[in-house]
Amino acid sequence: MVEWTEFERATIQDVFSKMNSDVVGPQALARCLIVYPWTQRYFGNFGNLYNAAAIMGNPMVAAHGKTVLGGLDRAVKNMDDIKGTYAELSVLHSEKLHVDPDNFRLLADCLTIVVAAQMGAGFTPAVQAAFQKFIAVVVSALGRQYH
Amino acid sequence: MSLTAKDKAFVKAFWGKISGQADAIGQEALGRMLIVYPQTKIYFSDWSDFSLDSPQVKKHGKTVMSAITDAVGKMDDLTGGLSTLSDLHATKFRIDPVNFKILSHNILVTLAVHFPVDFTAEVHVAVDKFLAAVSAAIADKYR
Repeated sequence: MVEWTEFERATIQDVFSKMNSDVVGPQALARCLIVYPWTQRYFGNFGNLYNAAAIMGNPMVAAHGKTVLGGLDRAVKNMDDIKGTYAELSVLHSEKLHVDPDNFRLLADCLTIVVAAQMGAGFTPAVQAAFQKFIAVVVSALGRQYH
Repeated sequence: MSLTAKDKAFVKAFWGKISGQADAIGQEALGRMLIVYPQTKIYFSDWSDFSLDSPQVKKHGKTVMSAITDAVGKMDDLTGGLSTLSDLHATKFRIDPVNFKILSHNILVTLAVHFPVDFTAEVHVAVDKFLAAVSAAIADKYR
């Protein structure tokens, strides 16, 4: 089981409660599709992903970004059993969506950068450490049911 | 994943905006790395202070970031331009190249914190590619 310090628990709740998820989710996914363009392979039916402007303005990308962040919220509310919380989602990403689990890391990095830009100086090294630890646990849980 | 003309243009333009704060960015990126990825401290076992405002972090952050700023002017031949630094890293420092990726990530985080508007997705991909190319050039002489 993952051990969380009081600081880490408080930081995760604080960061996510202040987060504008309607903005952060879409921005993080769009950034992932732009910075790591091979991730576009999973979104063949999303229409125009031709350039950065198209991706940033694509409504399907925005909608899916919100979905992904909604999924993260489940981990925020169940920090003591992220593994169990994500078991079904892990099977889904493996068996149905066929997403390379390394791509979770790429999206996680983009999410970190978007949150850093939103929080500015509030994204201190200690907050960054807590946030990245949390995201790493989520990424690990998502990759657990791959066969 | 080589640097296109567009990438080089984005990197040069963005560096023009940040060059005045390069030293501080280097200090913060290094400081973040040492705190968020504590295993990286092993390369600085003789340091006494790993905090963000430690004089050692400040000095070394400036050294590293100055070299990266220099590399902006060498994008047409990074392997050649960074050859001496590569020798140094290969034979003297022997830093495992995985750490170049870690430092690069912390540079990107620092840029996002301080330039949230200018650090657009297009600038992000160009700078990420540039830092990856610099890392490869530094690791060039490793074996």
